[in-house]
Amino acid sequence: MNYFELPLEQWTNTFVDDWFLPTFGNAFDSIGSVLNAFVDLVTDVLLFIPPELFTLLLVILSWRVGGKGLAVFTFLGMLFIGSVDIWEESMHTLSIVIVSTFVSLLVGIPVGILSAMNNRVQSVVRPTLDFMQTLPSFVYLIPAVLLFGLGGVSAVIATFIFAAPPAVRMTNLGIRHVPKEVIEASKAFGSTSKQLLFKVQLPLAVPSIMAGVNQTIMLSLSMAVIASMIGAPGLGATVLQAISRVNIGLGLVGGLGIVVLAIILDRITQGIGQGQNNKS
Amino acid sequence: MSKIKVSELTKIFGPNPKQSLERLNKGSSKDEILADTGNTVGVNQASFDVKAGEFFVIMGLSGSGKSTLIRLVNRLIEPTSGHVYIDDEDITNMNKNELIEARRKKLGMVFQNFGLFPHRNVVGNVAYGLEIQGVEKQEREQKAQKAIEDVGLKGYESSFPNELSGGMQQRVGLARALANDTDILLMDEAFSALDPLIRKDMQDELLKLQKKLGKTVLFITHDLDEALKLGDRIAIMKDGQIVQIGSSEEILENPANEYVSNFVKDVDRSKVLDAEQVMRRPEVLTTYKGGPRTAIKKMEDVGASSIFVVDRDDHFQGLLTIDDAIRAYKEEIPMEKVLNQDVHTTTPTTPLNDLIGVAADTKYPIVVLDEEQKLLGIISRVSILSGLVLGKEKDEVTN
Ligand SMILES: Nc1ncnc2c1ncn2[C@@H]1O[C@H](COP(=O)(O)OP(=O)(O)OP(=O)(O)O)[C@@H](O)[C@H]1O
Ligand SMILES: [Mg+2]
Repeated sequence: MNYFELPLEQWTNTFVDDWFLPTFGNAFDSIGSVLNAFVDLVTDVLLFIPPELFTLLLVILSWRVGGKGLAVFTFLGMLFIGSVDIWEESMHTLSIVIVSTFVSLLVGIPVGILSAMNNRVQSVVRPTLDFMQTLPSFVYLIPAVLLFGLGGVSAVIATFIFAAPPAVRMTNLGIRHVPKEVIEASKAFGSTSKQLLFKVQLPLAVPSIMAGVNQTIMLSLSMAVIASMIGAPGLGATVLQAISRVNIGLGLVGGLGIVVLAIILDRITQGIGQGQNNKS
Repeated sequence: MSKIKVSELTKIFGPNPKQSLERLNKGSSKDEILADTGNTVGVNQASFDVKAGEFFVIMGLSGSGKSTLIRLVNRLIEPTSGHVYIDDEDITNMNKNELIEARRKKLGMVFQNFGLFPHRNVVGNVAYGLEIQGVEKQEREQKAQKAIEDVGLKGYESSFPNELSGGMQQRVGLARALANDTDILLMDEAFSALDPLIRKDMQDELLKLQKKLGKTVLFITHDLDEALKLGDRIAIMKDGQIVQIGSSEEILENPANEYVSNFVKDVDRSKVLDAEQVMRRPEVLTTYKGGPRTAIKKMEDVGASSIFVVDRDDHFQGLLTIDDAIRAYKEEIPMEKVLNQDVHTTTPTTPLNDLIGVAADTKYPIVVLDEEQKLLGIISRVSILSGLVLGKEKDEVTN
């Protein structure tokens, strides 16, 4: 099938090396250093808090949003993480999850709002999201490393690409599903478009947006192992280490750590989303 | 001066409205245009005037363009051509801010499926219009409270819409429109989603409120009985066009075409209605105990020129006119002596047909009494009309 030569590989490399990097290198450097500082800050804070206090706070939060059962699970889960000696790794993973979720929402919710308001925006955003979610993550790990170097920042970027789409989609969906008569009512009483958005559409989209937040967090966690391939510290690194040393026990410890974090975060965000639901 | 003036208003939905407009103006029908261009004619050259304080009803079958027409009035839908004047200002030419201002100050709206904000409680819903105008919390909640009391929802201020029945939800919808204190109420099939009994109550209350507050109402319905009961004037729509405008009598006596007479013919079955079905509670009653002073005060409150008198157990005593009440008050005659006994009474099961003649030659509403002579309700000329029987004299009494 090789009817004509398509030197895509060569072109891409020339494009990146001769134009893209010299032009945008600085911009990426500054994004990189901001994110780096952010990740470091969150990690420092998480590691600074004594594990006992952290567990207590998390148990209280679980109790408030999810009830007794969740509180017990959270307590046992954190006890497990401490007992198998992966507390520090867990906090590293958690800080990457927190930062990438934050960035995903910071970008995702406004983009979701815009695409709900404007069909043309949506027709561009949709395929972009499909692209972001289906592209194998290894493909963008390389450019991420190229731009941001090995470490937590690249992990955040890669995680963002993988985890931001649900935030966009669920925001868009939530706003679009606000009943037509409710929108009409708001307009009929003389709302500006801003009032319509902030007083009616967004509040009614909150349950859907929270479902998106939940998915974003889950996807961020599931990127933990892959992210550690580009040097992100945390539970993923533990698992990788286990693989390279064929240490089944260590693999189980790291893997269970991720699962425990996932379940706790999932139930807590779901609990918050449902709280919003019940209010309306 | 008309409150709402709609002139040659047309709305065509679809990809190419301007082109279809030309064809419409050249006389193509709605169906032809749909078949040839895929464009739907929603409203076709509608013109009418609504006077201040008038209750104007637009009636037509499903798909005849009623919802489109009422949404053109506050420009929730952009017209393809034509004009809408609110207080002589052309709403179709307003810019965004002027339009928002007009909606805030002049046009309240009530929706068929209520369109309440599910995330706000009753007060939050009712105060919404004032809130977006930046009215302070205390003031807007005070006004909301008054509107909530006007529609009889006191005590439900902090309930959420999903905790209320359909009838109550629509009261919230009505209160929300009242709270803004606009002169005009636009109501799109406001009562169609309610079951018949609640619907009748809501109609009665709306009429009362409209009288009390002097609102101009543009009311949409597909139900002729409702139209006849509520409307000072009725416009009948078909395929986006207004085919006839007139009072109940005019429409019943001289239907403009077959379409209208088919509508009207349908109503003949309601001649089997009996008194109970069309009677309603009088707005006010008085007893001997309060004396003429109280009676006069009550008449003044509702703007009536006469009032029915009952005893403590609701037994009917007679009718007191304002003149007699004043005479009794001034000359200190006991109220019993000045009561007008010359009022027609009937039983709840009397067929409406039998009351036509009576209604024609009495000045006062007919009084419906049970076996124990307790007052159950009154039947005014309006009620008889809505049972599709024509009365002749103007009814200047209560309501
Ligand atoms: N947004 C729209 N796009 C295309 N066609 C529309 C739109 N809205 C209404 N129509 C068409 O315009 C016509 C009038 O519709 P409208 O909703 O005004 O009727 P209606 O009298 O209110 O009916 P109903 O009693 O069912 O509420 C119908 O043929 C309808 O299909
Ligand atoms: Mg309709």
